[in-house]
Amino acid sequence: MRAFTYERAASPAAAAASAVRMANAKFVAGGTNLLDLMKLEIETPSHLIDVNNLALDTIDSMDDGGLRIGALVRNTDLAADARVRRDYPLLSRALVAGASGQLRNMATTAGNLLQRTRCPYFYDTNQPCNKRVPGSGCAAIGGVSRQHAVVGGSKACIATHPSDMAVAMRALDAVVETVAADGATRRIPIADFHRLPGDTPQIETTLKTGELITAVTLPAPIGGIQQYHKVRDRASYAFALVSVGLIVQRDGTGRVALGGVAHKPWRVEAADRELPHGAKAVAGKLFADAHPTEENAYKLTLAQRTLAALLADARA
Amino acid sequence: MDAFKEFRLTRRGLLRAGAVSVAAVAAPEVAAAPTATGRPPSHASIKLRVNGKEQELTLDTRTTLLDALREHLRLTGPKKGCDHGQCGACTVIADGRRINSCLTLAVMRDGADITTIEGLGQPGHLHAMQAAFVKHDGYQCGYCTSGQICSAVATLDEIRQGVPSHVTTDLNIPPPLTAAELRERMSGNICRCGAYSNIVEAITEVAGSAT
Ligand SMILES: Cc1cc2nc3c(=O)[nH]c(=O)nc-3n(C[C@H](O)[C@H](O)[C@H](O)COP(=O)(O)OP(=O)(O)OC[C@H]3O[C@@H](n4cnc5c(N)ncnc54)[C@H](O)[C@@H]3O)c2cc1C
Ligand code: SF4
Repeated sequence: MRAFTYERAASPAAAAASAVRMANAKFVAGGTNLLDLMKLEIETPSHLIDVNNLALDTIDSMDDGGLRIGALVRNTDLAADARVRRDYPLLSRALVAGASGQLRNMATTAGNLLQRTRCPYFYDTNQPCNKRVPGSGCAAIGGVSRQHAVVGGSKACIATHPSDMAVAMRALDAVVETVAADGATRRIPIADFHRLPGDTPQIETTLKTGELITAVTLPAPIGGIQQYHKVRDRASYAFALVSVGLIVQRDGTGRVALGGVAHKPWRVEAADRELPHGAKAVAGKLFADAHPTEENAYKLTLAQRTLAALLADARA
Repeated sequence: MDAFKEFRLTRRGLLRAGAVSVAAVAAPEVAAAPTATGRPPSHASIKLRVNGKEQELTLDTRTTLLDALREHLRLTGPKKGCDHGQCGACTVIADGRRINSCLTLAVMRDGADITTIEGLGQPGHLHAMQAAFVKHDGYQCGYCTSGQICSAVATLDEIRQGVPSHVTTDLNIPPPLTAAELRERMSGNICRCGAYSNIVEAITEVAGSAT
């Protein structure tokens, strides 16, 4: 690990200001992704701003019936919150499908959204990777691509976003709240938060330098039957090959978001509209622009079948 | 061009760091000299309460909680398995919750209350979970055991507190204490010897007597 100076931020705005003032600074929350990558010298910040003491760790009910989830709320606490279990079961289910009990005790809401890809070539510093070293090439294209994106990828990168929680947040139309160095706040709909790789796969979100996430808000509960199904190589403690977050209402309408298939949680509004017509129609819209490799084309079938199974369950 | 400059810096830094490591034996304060990458290490002083005892440490900011416990406080119960949060051998209980001590910095835990396997119980007065692991043969080589036991103790607390798991069918009632729940909740602790079924038996016994 490279050496770094360390500070404990006094307020969200001070944290953001410090992140702009100090060269090559990073926030650290749970540390479960950042420290992992720092040990491998994939991340090499020279200054760490610890945001754990910023009192951003409460879940508050809002006047509109929604929830405001502090950026530092731990994944365990979010999954266990009685309001989340009752009103946003999709979110609870997605959270407990991810990582391990120990990791969820550390991992935070903001850190989870910002976790980086699990592409093995991104982790292997001997391999070219445009995300790790922009312009160096992409070893996954033409390489072992079984885990990679089938839709939304580019000639520069076909990595997936590994988060389970983010898939639920996407289906629930969450909004990311931030504060910038000058104290200005903004609200970013989750749909606009993660980016597709394009020519700049190293830029993963629409956050600006130093911008700190303060909270994630959820609109009032929409009810329905909410399910999250994660397909992986072992029954627990593994990243998704494909995951499906689904909300279906009595009349058959609903929302669907996928994990493990793209550089961001994958939701297509036109696909939501096909839900009353079954999994095949939905998958047709979700994957209208899919470009799978030979090794990961199975994800198209897997996603459709997983969705079909969930729809059958919801009807039962 | 830039890359070349960085390479030269790196080489010079490397040579200097080599010299420092020799000098450091006699004069530890030289440790502030540049590292291999040209950045000087940074230090911080922290307090930890470990197994009931106050400890004050001045550490390189890079020191993980695991390394602080093992290398500085000589508590070698928490084990370094993968050092990347994947195996669970480093599991300790921090402020009442199980965590992977390899993926948190000691400086981030300033003021925390840490319990390691040494603090749970000692020969002669074992914690119920330690005794149950012995009774049920919940290990073979023993390398993962301290992490398994810390994790198991905290797992039972999580179930009591109503934290759901991936196999919990009804999210709105207290999670049941079943073998399936225990297996899922303990999946962050890998045992290469495969003592899993005995581990579940040990935890089940303790759970039964505690509820
Ligand atoms: C072995 C292992 C298995 C895992 N399995 C899964 C899995 O199955 N599913 C899954 O979804 N995840 C999984 N994870 C990933 C885990 O969920 C993430 O590491 C975790 O959610 C990151 O949260 P954190 O708080 O620890 O982030 P950190 O590591 O502290 O930070 C991550 C990034 O977010 C930035 N950041 C943190 N807080 C803020 C803020 N408030 N504002 C702006 N930037 C911020 C940091 O600068 C950093 O770049 C796994 C991790 C490990 C190690
Ligand atoms: S897919 Fe993306 S992350 Fe993986 S090697 Fe290619 S550029 Fe890097």
